Amino acid sequence: MNREMRRTSVLIFAMFFSLLMAATLIQFVNADSLMANGHNPRSLYDAYKTQRGSILADGKLLAWSVKTGDKYQYLREYDEPTFSALTGFYSLTQGTTGLENSLDSYLTGKNSSQFFEQVNALLSGNPLAGASVNLTIDPKVQKVAYDAMGKLTGAVVAISPSTGKILALVSTPGFDANLLAVHNTTLSNYNYQRLVNQPNSPLINRAIGGDLYAPGSVFKIIVASAALESGKYKPSSMFPNPKKLLLPGTATYIYNSGEGKCGSSKAKVSIADALRFSCNIPFAELGLALGQQAIAAQAERFGFGKSFNLPMASTPSQYPTGMDASQTALSSFGQFNDKVSALQMAMVSASIANGGVMMKPTLINSILSPNLSVLSSFGSSSLGQVVSTDTATKVKNMMVGAVSSGVSSNGRIPGVRVAGKTGTAQNGAGQPYTLWFTGFAPAENPQVAVAVVIANGGGIGQRGFGNLLAAPIAQKVMRAVLGK
Amino acid sequence: MSRPSLLQRATSVIKDQTDPHTITMNLGRLIRVVPRSRNIEASLIFFVLGLYAFELAQVQLSTIAKITPELLAYWWPVALLALVFHIVLRFKASEADSLMVPIGLALNTLGISEIYRLDIANTLTGGQNQFGSKQVVWSCIAIAMAILVIWLVPSHLFLRRYIYISMVIGVGLLISPMLPLIGLKINGAQLWISIAGLTFQPGELAKIALTVFFAGYLVTHRESLAAVGRKVLGLRLPQARDLGPILLIWLASLMVLVLQRDLGTSLLYFGLFLVMIYVATSRSIYAFVGLGIFATGAFLASRLLDYVGGRFDAWLNPFSDLHYNAQINSSYQLVQGLFAMAHGGIWGTGLGGGMPQIVPVAESDFIISSLGEELGLVGLFAIFALYLLLVSRGLRIAFNHTDDFSKLLAVGLSFVIALQTFIVVGGVTRVVPLTGLTTPFLAAGGSSLLANWIIIGLLLRISDSLKNQPQQVVVVE
Repeated sequence: MNREMRRTSVLIFAMFFSLLMAATLIQFVNADSLMANGHNPRSLYDAYKTQRGSILADGKLLAWSVKTGDKYQYLREYDEPTFSALTGFYSLTQGTTGLENSLDSYLTGKNSSQFFEQVNALLSGNPLAGASVNLTIDPKVQKVAYDAMGKLTGAVVAISPSTGKILALVSTPGFDANLLAVHNTTLSNYNYQRLVNQPNSPLINRAIGGDLYAPGSVFKIIVASAALESGKYKPSSMFPNPKKLLLPGTATYIYNSGEGKCGSSKAKVSIADALRFSCNIPFAELGLALGQQAIAAQAERFGFGKSFNLPMASTPSQYPTGMDASQTALSSFGQFNDKVSALQMAMVSASIANGGVMMKPTLINSILSPNLSVLSSFGSSSLGQVVSTDTATKVKNMMVGAVSSGVSSNGRIPGVRVAGKTGTAQNGAGQPYTLWFTGFAPAENPQVAVAVVIANGGGIGQRGFGNLLAAPIAQKVMRAVLGK
Repeated sequence: MSRPSLLQRATSVIKDQTDPHTITMNLGRLIRVVPRSRNIEASLIFFVLGLYAFELAQVQLSTIAKITPELLAYWWPVALLALVFHIVLRFKASEADSLMVPIGLALNTLGISEIYRLDIANTLTGGQNQFGSKQVVWSCIAIAMAILVIWLVPSHLFLRRYIYISMVIGVGLLISPMLPLIGLKINGAQLWISIAGLTFQPGELAKIALTVFFAGYLVTHRESLAAVGRKVLGLRLPQARDLGPILLIWLASLMVLVLQRDLGTSLLYFGLFLVMIYVATSRSIYAFVGLGIFATGAFLASRLLDYVGGRFDAWLNPFSDLHYNAQINSSYQLVQGLFAMAHGGIWGTGLGGGMPQIVPVAESDFIISSLGEELGLVGLFAIFALYLLLVSRGLRIAFNHTDDFSKLLAVGLSFVIALQTFIVVGGVTRVVPLTGLTTPFLAAGGSSLLANWIIIGLLLRISDSLKNQPQQVVVVE
């Protein structure tokens, strides 16, 4: 009988071994996929169980969690809509957006940089608390930018050119994220639907390319850079100065704004003057001379076609490919299918300001553990030389001229040399214009680069233009940074 | 009956043996094993009771953030009964196995802690569940029954006189849920009886009665069952008339499957019988033929009977929307149990730190997923190890006994715990289809506790008789 009993023991061991294997499969091998299963309510409850870290900017709380008595334990609360483009929202029913989404692993304490806190929480039985995030945003500048936009739909991005730190990132209209964070799912759904149905879509982050916009004349900075980089042109290079230009292969004429000659009535005009007076015809001629490949290559060096993680991912800006001559001409002054984000234009200005070196744009200054010790701080990193120092200096001088004695005059700040460029992009017959300003100040030692975009013609259809609406906003933002 | 002193036993060994080498070896074994076992048991019981208090404290701290006197109310009755058990063993079965009571107690109290934790979760959301306090009462009754077994039963051998009565009791208990008036159907399975408002799962007690019957019957008939019959296809078949009882048991198991709608119960009794007949006769043909006809029967049942087939399909494809959202035989519970275990991961959330209450009947059928969530994979490994140790202690008793009835009874009682654990835990972890059996010692439910503590009582009684027979210890191996 003992031989049979030994075999029975083996059978029992085999049975328990299969249980061990099954438990290991469930709790270790397949645990992540089971947790990600759509039927699993635990991940959601779990997320609400840890006290989510705060989002701060220069000591000011933008988003934080307070203890509640209900089953979700913590309620997320937010400061004013001024900051909604940064924080995004954290909702039971609609998920997360903005920094709430892209910083989730830090805010919930699940990031590997919090390993020791995780072990400690496990051993002590205390719930894990999330890390807090300190932003590069200057809340005063952010508020100035948001208030300056007023009821306009659009975005403002302000960057420190030498570090890539984002000082302000505004998308208007903002929204009250508290409306979506409520634990009452019916109410949260109702509020979400109302925001979605609002005609100017507050939930779109216009600063990082939730919507891309036609750049219009601000794109001329890129074409001018491409021209100087080619080595074949100087700011003083001359182009014919007709009143109208027939687009190659079509019966369509293009005009300068104002429908006259560029600047003076001379037969030729320099690139510098064309930029200063924002003339379309000389840039069409320049673009055709350079060819679309050269422009595309320069645009790509400035970051077109790339997504930047701020850590929210930006939508890549686009310069079209495979164009015919007429389309190339249009694309050279920011029309046809050129599509850019406010962030992209701010980065172009910042690179020119920084001697041609593009810094990686970022919103994160440091990550703080629950006891507010710094877990990791983020220095600045370079994305490389996107134009030569020489080109950067020449383009800067042209942009200074555009503000001091050109059509971008509303960017002027008394006592400060401002470099800038306005844009007024057409969006098709009868459609309201897109209005732009991008630039930086002070020109000799740039502290801030800024881009302002106003959608829907600023509410006045085709009567608005960049210098009228966008430049004054940019000027206020730059003044706020410079303290003037 | 006065027990022989150590010296007397040792001399008896010497008298029986002629090889001096064997004598010294076995003498050493006798002297080493015997006197310390109860003290080991006492220290282990104290350790387990300390652990139990710690578990209850952790549950209270992580759910209601304070220690209340309720902790003591959960602790002391079980602690008292455990100590009484130990003292009774000192006097009535001093040489019984020293690990079984601590292991049973460890599992039982861990179960209470988790059930109490689920009660708190339920009351926090406005419910009034009191499974935990009921479990404490049932644990006390069950341990008291085990004490009575030790106290009143001087030797397990007397059970052999009542094997046919055992059969009648076992079968009666088995079919009682199908009787009108008292029979009760829960979750589609007809495994309960309800008398005066108390529900009871008689199948739990039936497994003891049937094990006694199988052991007695097989000891008597093992010679004829082992006899060689005709040879077919290279296999020596038993004689046809000896197959009768097997077919009878097989039919009874299928009856259970069809009428009580529960594959687990049916598999438990049939599996128990197969292992016991194999151990008794040394004829593996029984095991293979038995498994074959059981698989055939189960397969046919799954094809012919919707409720059995539904369970099978839900087992194979639990994540499909069809089964997850089904009205009958939904895989919802199984899938939520898997989520709970996945949530626990390797280290678990800690007692009171998870959300086991999301799973339906987390305190009984799915106690193992609740524990898997809160104690993690390491916790489950520890629980499995406890079961394995308990079962191996039972098997050790069987190994060391020379008396065939004792051997078979010990094997049967140990194996039934192992098999039941396998079927239930395997059901939750998707090794086998989900069934309505209870997890021994852990799950909420009086009948299961009662039956399993009685099994421990019987095994202790058998092990005590083993050590009272020194020559048997020596002769074995």
